[in-house]
Amino acid sequence: MNYILRRLLRAMLLLVGVSALCFLFTEMAPGSFFDEMRLNPQISPETIAALRSSYGLDQPLAVRYARWVNAALRADLGYSIAYNAPVAPLLWSRAKNTLLLTTCALAITWLISVPLGVWAASRRGGLVDRAVTLASSFVISVPELVIAVGLLALVVRWRILPVGGMMSADSDALSMLAKLKDVARHLALPAFILILCETSIIVRHVRASVLEVLGATYVQAARGLGMSQSRLLFRHVLPVAANPAISLLGFSLAGLLSGSLIVEVVCGWPGLGPLILEATLSRDLYLVIGGIMFSALFMIGGNFVADMMLIVVDPRIRKEGVDAR
Amino acid sequence: MRAKVTVLIVMLVGLHGVLLLAGFFAPYDPAAQNRELSYAPPTRLHFKDALEFHLRPFVYASAVVMEGDQRGSYQEGRSREYQVRLFVTGASYKLLGVHESTTHLFGVSEPARIFLFGTDAYGRDEFSRVLFGGQISVAAGIVATVITLFAGSVVGIIAGYYGGWVDELLMGVNELFLSLPWLYFLLGVRAFLPLHLSTLRTFFLLTGVIGLIGWARPARLVRGVVLSSRNRSYVLAGRGFGATDFYLSRRHILPEVFGLLLTQAALLVPRYIAAEVTLSFFGLGVNEPVASWGNMLSTLQQYSVLVSYGWLLAPACALVVTSVLYSSLAELFHSRLKSS
Repeated sequence: MNYILRRLLRAMLLLVGVSALCFLFTEMAPGSFFDEMRLNPQISPETIAALRSSYGLDQPLAVRYARWVNAALRADLGYSIAYNAPVAPLLWSRAKNTLLLTTCALAITWLISVPLGVWAASRRGGLVDRAVTLASSFVISVPELVIAVGLLALVVRWRILPVGGMMSADSDALSMLAKLKDVARHLALPAFILILCETSIIVRHVRASVLEVLGATYVQAARGLGMSQSRLLFRHVLPVAANPAISLLGFSLAGLLSGSLIVEVVCGWPGLGPLILEATLSRDLYLVIGGIMFSALFMIGGNFVADMMLIVVDPRIRKEGVDAR
Repeated sequence: MRAKVTVLIVMLVGLHGVLLLAGFFAPYDPAAQNRELSYAPPTRLHFKDALEFHLRPFVYASAVVMEGDQRGSYQEGRSREYQVRLFVTGASYKLLGVHESTTHLFGVSEPARIFLFGTDAYGRDEFSRVLFGGQISVAAGIVATVITLFAGSVVGIIAGYYGGWVDELLMGVNELFLSLPWLYFLLGVRAFLPLHLSTLRTFFLLTGVIGLIGWARPARLVRGVVLSSRNRSYVLAGRGFGATDFYLSRRHILPEVFGLLLTQAALLVPRYIAAEVTLSFFGLGVNEPVASWGNMLSTLQQYSVLVSYGWLLAPACALVVTSVLYSSLAELFHSRLKSS
């Protein structure tokens, strides 16, 4: 219980830190959304000043931050200047799509990499092991942008899958099931790119942690007592190897979210990524801050879930509440 | 193992040499436009004509064939052969930014052109642009890496060496940076910086931001090494003899950190090149007319271009080659670090 509380507290602290960092950056920034307006002779400086104060931008940093935190606690993340709409609903409608993409990709990634990693580790030096190691180290070293653009080029050229957006233009007319299928077909390419990138990383870590456990003395003892390979692997090795692998789940989220930003922009998936990119290009202050907060929230939330899973999997943490990482 | 490292380093040095001397290796000026030759496919090198086989490759002059009022495809005019010659005189360039020269490694005489990787929308030679763009992208990666490693090792050494509340504070901030998806963070920071700047300022701004955001992981690793080496007997002995903090960290702790930093450098350079490419791809980095691999790739955001003009993926291929070389080196360094 103590452990859960400590983790929660840390997650809260991190969120506060991230938001403070964002505001610090806005303060150091030399430009603002109104710079373009200022160049326009038809808009008087008074109008700009009035606009600034209506968005609360004329207040000192501490006041702005306090106001923002106060509002954020009530799920109000400020007002987007470019969209002329509140930030939170805007972000949430996009965040759902990012969540759909990343959770699908994450689930399939783990479904592939755990068996593959265990298989490679159990036949160390064999054909499978060498193939997995080589392929993963190649995919890791190719930047995500290149993988995304390359696969997109193939898909567009061969017309295998629909590209761009989340559903077809005529999807309103379709039945529920057909709609679902339509979304799945649009999801396939961005999800596949993410799965490819993530699997190559995670399979290596699973393999390494299984290998480490396989070298332990109790495994040798069990082997000496004549335990079958499959029982040994799944009953005795995998639970122990799960701890570092699950800790990795939390860390891998950062890469997953960054990767999904690239993939969303390249494939035209209407997630957080394109929205943040537009907001960055138009210097839409609160939208950018809100977007970063959302991404941080996903990550910290994901880390928290990983911590909870550790409790289930690792009795050392359950019993003593120690940080067994 | 050692041989492998040597081979990789030789290849990397070669790659950087070619990029550094881009003006010499590129047949054309990267900014020179040929509007009538837009989206020309890669020029084919021929060895055989109707009569016989030539040892020296030659090309034919290509031009767009009009189909009614529409632009048709490119066709080679087979009437005359243009031999590819070495050390030809062409557009003037500055080697290493100082030495003015007009000699290029290879070229063909006009009106034929040699576009090894084809041309882009403005008819600029993609091969020359890949070389010159590589200068920007790779330099961005290296400068950002130096910034990251410097910041990371300073923080890591301070945290590891002094420990106590200093350590706790620094590692708290560290965790903050680690808990953010780097690309979102990068975009966020970029959002607060001016969008349109001179190329040089953009370059340093970009590398500065990329470099400073990444300090957290190296700092954590350096801290670990410093923590373990702080209590080595020779360090304790040195302190007993009255050595200063600065002397101890320079003489005994930094060398131990060095191997780690080398591995990190090989790991970070390709990642930061990719970061620059990604930002420029998004239109937040180095802007036209200066070439960088990222802004060259950004034309591919239009599906029609992506499908019809596959040779414009050339900068992506160059990026892959660079990344794979650096990453293999990082992997070798890493396994050596672990085994020692």
